[in-house]
Amino acid sequence: MGKITFVEHDGTEHSVAFDAGESLMQLALDNGVPGIDADCGGECACGTCHVILEGNTGGTGQANDEELQMLDLTPEREDSSRLACQITLSDDMDGMVARLPEFQM
Amino acid sequence: MTKRCIIIGASHATAQLIPSLRQEGWDGEILVISDDPNLPYHRPPLSKAYLSGEKDAASLGIRPAAFYEKQQAEFKQGRVTSINRQEQSLSLASGETLQYDKLALCTGARVRKADIPGVGLGSIHYLRDMADAEAIKSSVVAGQQAVIVGGGYIGLETAASLTKLGMQVTVLEMAERVLQRVTAPEVSAFYHRVHSKQGVNVLTGVAAQSFVGTERVEKVICTDGRELEASLVVIGIGVIPNTELAEQAGLAIENGIKVDSYCATDDPNIVAAGDCTSQVSKVYQRRLRLESVPNATEQAKTAAATLCGQQKDCTTLPWFWSDQYNLKLQIAGLSQGYDQVVIRGDINSDDGFAAFYLQQGKLLAADCVNRPKEFMLSKRLIANHASVPAEQLADESIAVNELLPK
Repeated sequence: MGKITFVEHDGTEHSVAFDAGESLMQLALDNGVPGIDADCGGECACGTCHVILEGNTGGTGQANDEELQMLDLTPEREDSSRLACQITLSDDMDGMVARLPEFQM
Repeated sequence: MTKRCIIIGASHATAQLIPSLRQEGWDGEILVISDDPNLPYHRPPLSKAYLSGEKDAASLGIRPAAFYEKQQAEFKQGRVTSINRQEQSLSLASGETLQYDKLALCTGARVRKADIPGVGLGSIHYLRDMADAEAIKSSVVAGQQAVIVGGGYIGLETAASLTKLGMQVTVLEMAERVLQRVTAPEVSAFYHRVHSKQGVNVLTGVAAQSFVGTERVEKVICTDGRELEASLVVIGIGVIPNTELAEQAGLAIENGIKVDSYCATDDPNIVAAGDCTSQVSKVYQRRLRLESVPNATEQAKTAAATLCGQQKDCTTLPWFWSDQYNLKLQIAGLSQGYDQVVIRGDINSDDGFAAFYLQQGKLLAADCVNRPKEFMLSKRLIANHASVPAEQLADESIAVNELLPK
């Protein structure tokens, strides 16, 4: 258990509780967080669940090669950019912040 | 009195329309009427990870029941038989009549049925919904023969999944090559080769003439006289948009329910979204009917805004994906009308490549196999109507990032 705060591009915050084991993308969908499209449903195929992570990101691990390639040409990319579908939530991510870009593409 | 928005169909579009309606400020009732007992679920995995057993039914749901409860959206199982636009009401097969203030048609598409003798035999299936996938799964026997009618994406994905499950698979494609409607000959040849290598018997220029069996299918007779043993047949020959309700209500139909760039029909109280619609694409400047999840999601956002009196243009680029074996195909845009194909990478290897479709030097579409970077590049180039010299696209010594116009 823990909380993640999604921050929309306009600054609107959505603080939501999570259970370890679900994906960050599904958490956003389950809570209706706007700004995460997740067109492909978590297949790492679309790049529309781009988030920029801050805070307790230690447990998120490294993006794999496929994810890095998807992110490489994503506009608004930052150093801590990830695809939310590739992150499995664990208790040590409690308090993590996921900022959303202005546009998913 | 509280206003009521009724959504017909529990589809991908519906799963997005509900939260978008709330975000746009709809504070009235939301009622979904669907003949499917399931909450909206991901359909693309049905021919892929769900069929091959890597995903279960629970993981298919787009959003959980608790989400819809929180959004105060109610689901009611039933079949709408007619729309009365003057009365702003719907008639249901149960005899019930329901009033609406706003109506969203998210009726999707249904499979095209084959008119082939013997098609009613057992173990002959189509693939559109979860029940279809379940029926196919229950007919799978490792080591036995399966015949796939249709060498499009659904047919090929199903062939890959059934092969994974140990079946001996034959694909019948009546055109001269698989994926003929959607890809260049080079890409068709690539997939033909990949499937053959995995043990699939790919037959082109051949169709099923009849199915033979007592209760269940046992044999497929082909148009070239060939006879194929089969304990399972899956037919994937395309879909037909569900436009009948709209048509009976007098709404314009043009290869789909005709909507404008705001997903509005010609009735100010009725919108439509998803596979059932046709809409003029901003990118391609022509009316398109897309069979695509991202399109359904985008149209749902636009439709929600329209229902709430806002105007939000639907402008996104069509894109698609297909998983077969360890190959992830990502398709950006639509290739119809191309006059040149440029291949980046070795299409004769199994490592992946990108096929760029150009029209007078401008990028129209790209098929990217295990090439996510090229896919993301293509999305940006196509949306910006960018021109990139063909020789640069083909030249792997130029990094993908360098191909983006500065």
